[in-house]
Amino acid sequence: MKLLRTLLDRAEAHFQEGKPLHRIHALHEAVDAFAFTPGKVTTGATHVRDAMDLKRLMMTVVFALTPAVLMAMYNTGLQANLAIERLVAAGASPSAAALDGWRTALYLALGLGFDSGNVLAAFVHGALYYLPVLIVTFAAGGAWEVIFASARRHEVNEGFIVTAMLFPLILPPTIPLWQVALGITFGVVVAKEVFGGVGMNIFNPALAGRAFLFFAYPGEISGEQVWIAARGLSPDGVSGATPLAVAVDEGLRAVAERGFGWLDSFLGFVPGSMGETSALACLIGAAILVVTRVGSYRTMAGVFLGTALTAALFNGVGSASNPAFAMPFWWHMVLGGWAFGAVFMATDPVSAAFTRRGQWIYGFLIGALVVAIRVVNPAYPEGMMLAILFANIFAPLIDWCQVRAYIKRRSKRDAEEPALHRGVRYRRLRGVLGAGVAVGGDAAGEAGDEPQA
Amino acid sequence: MKGSRTLLGPIAGENAITVQVLGICSALAVTTKMETALVMSLAVIGVLTLSNLSVSILRNGIPPNIRIIIQLTIIASLVIVTDQILKAFVYGVSRQLSVFVGLIITNCIVMGRAEAFAMQNPPGRSLLDGIGNGLGYSAILLIVAFLRELFGSGTLFGATVLPLRSEGGWYQPNGLMVLSPAAFFIIGFIIWAHRSWKPEYREKE
Repeated sequence: MKLLRTLLDRAEAHFQEGKPLHRIHALHEAVDAFAFTPGKVTTGATHVRDAMDLKRLMMTVVFALTPAVLMAMYNTGLQANLAIERLVAAGASPSAAALDGWRTALYLALGLGFDSGNVLAAFVHGALYYLPVLIVTFAAGGAWEVIFASARRHEVNEGFIVTAMLFPLILPPTIPLWQVALGITFGVVVAKEVFGGVGMNIFNPALAGRAFLFFAYPGEISGEQVWIAARGLSPDGVSGATPLAVAVDEGLRAVAERGFGWLDSFLGFVPGSMGETSALACLIGAAILVVTRVGSYRTMAGVFLGTALTAALFNGVGSASNPAFAMPFWWHMVLGGWAFGAVFMATDPVSAAFTRRGQWIYGFLIGALVVAIRVVNPAYPEGMMLAILFANIFAPLIDWCQVRAYIKRRSKRDAEEPALHRGVRYRRLRGVLGAGVAVGGDAAGEAGDEPQA
Repeated sequence: MKGSRTLLGPIAGENAITVQVLGICSALAVTTKMETALVMSLAVIGVLTLSNLSVSILRNGIPPNIRIIIQLTIIASLVIVTDQILKAFVYGVSRQLSVFVGLIITNCIVMGRAEAFAMQNPPGRSLLDGIGNGLGYSAILLIVAFLRELFGSGTLFGATVLPLRSEGGWYQPNGLMVLSPAAFFIIGFIIWAHRSWKPEYREKE
């Protein structure tokens, strides 16, 4: 650590005003701030009463993602090894069953076999797929961040770390690395920098990047094919349907026939996008986010309610031809990207609603839409990504309506009630507006709302 | 000097698509292929030039309160003639362009130049203005079509440039480029570049 500090300090001289590398000083600052505490702290009359800053906020999200990351590596390797085992049992040679390329070569060179019972082997095999995607995401997305930070003369924001951690987890393990670079480029440039950078974006950048890949290269990511890192009989990977696609197209009985139980889906031992399969890992992440108040429990609960009620509605309506109508909500919540989306994507503080009641509405909208897309829309088996992006568009409108409604109620009450009750009203204001607004409005509110004796 | 500015100004600096954001609908619809974009561009240049010229010649005889109707009559007649010419000589492309040739009538650039320029200026300058704005529209259309056809289908004017993987090559086409949103993104990027190049056109906040 001391060596790193010395190195960074020595390098700093080259990045100062007038020195040759000043144009890209944002790169130096990003590395420095990432490794150490940023040198700059808020000054002047602010109302922040907490040690929570942007860096800590983002790092809490990264911490909450840890179970999903571990599960991503383990399950990717496990699914690959299971598939290869099955193919070998069916008479294929291991080299014909594994995917071609440097990953398999490196895996075998490490002396590991395709044994699904070996936890370490599964971890290593999965890491060989997860880590390259992560590295490419950081390299490509980070390059764009530095380019924009240099051009606009500001620092690289910590928000990118969260985007770059989320992005690989919502991709399938077999995604080509050039598509990863292209997707994060779209996410960072079009979904974020175009709007002015972190805090100004309408859409969640990681999801926007995935949406770009989804529409540009549907073959790799549409969710209808299983994404297992094994070759099988076709050259592109084992073909077949994801549990979600089976459930939506053929009903839950077909899911059970293929050997996927509810508990498997809850724990995450099914094929899917790398970090999305385990609802349990997301639940642990949700607990961390809610306890630290980094993620809004209102949004998560809204998604839960929206999903449960809409699924119950479809259950009640019923359909003879569409088995997805009969899917109960507890199945909706463990399949596809539901859990990951509800916990990590819907609660993105920038693109979500910020008023408290607004967060309930925003979450409910996502939950209702995801079920509607899965059940009614025949084109897409998965609806979480589209539902969240769609709700992102409505978040500012929801907030605007909430604030307007509150102002209207308050001015009406101001006209009717005596000044004595203003203290009560102020507490209600804090109940309506989100934490950020309440903290900001605190000083002004206390000064203005003191009963005039 | 004045004439050359009338002609060349609208091609890059005061481009109708990037500055006034007019004529977007056809820019989204006909730009999946270079061929359709080129034919559409020629059709718009023709209509725009002749409508500007005709309106300018008639400008002193047009009663102000029914001027829009007269402009539209002129433009509509020109569009019908253009449509018939396309059907006669390039039938295949005309089929692909379908209603969008007829919709040149509603292309805001044509109407806008007639109303904003030709009504106040002599025929010579109006003619140059028509050609210039037509070329400006064409420039954007061709840039968008170039990117969409190249990256969406791996071809240019139908000739293979990037051999597709499905046909034994190496390029994997970008499916988004074939969809209309791609044109929105590309026009957005062009507008972004244009505003960075000429900050005086930035919208006030």
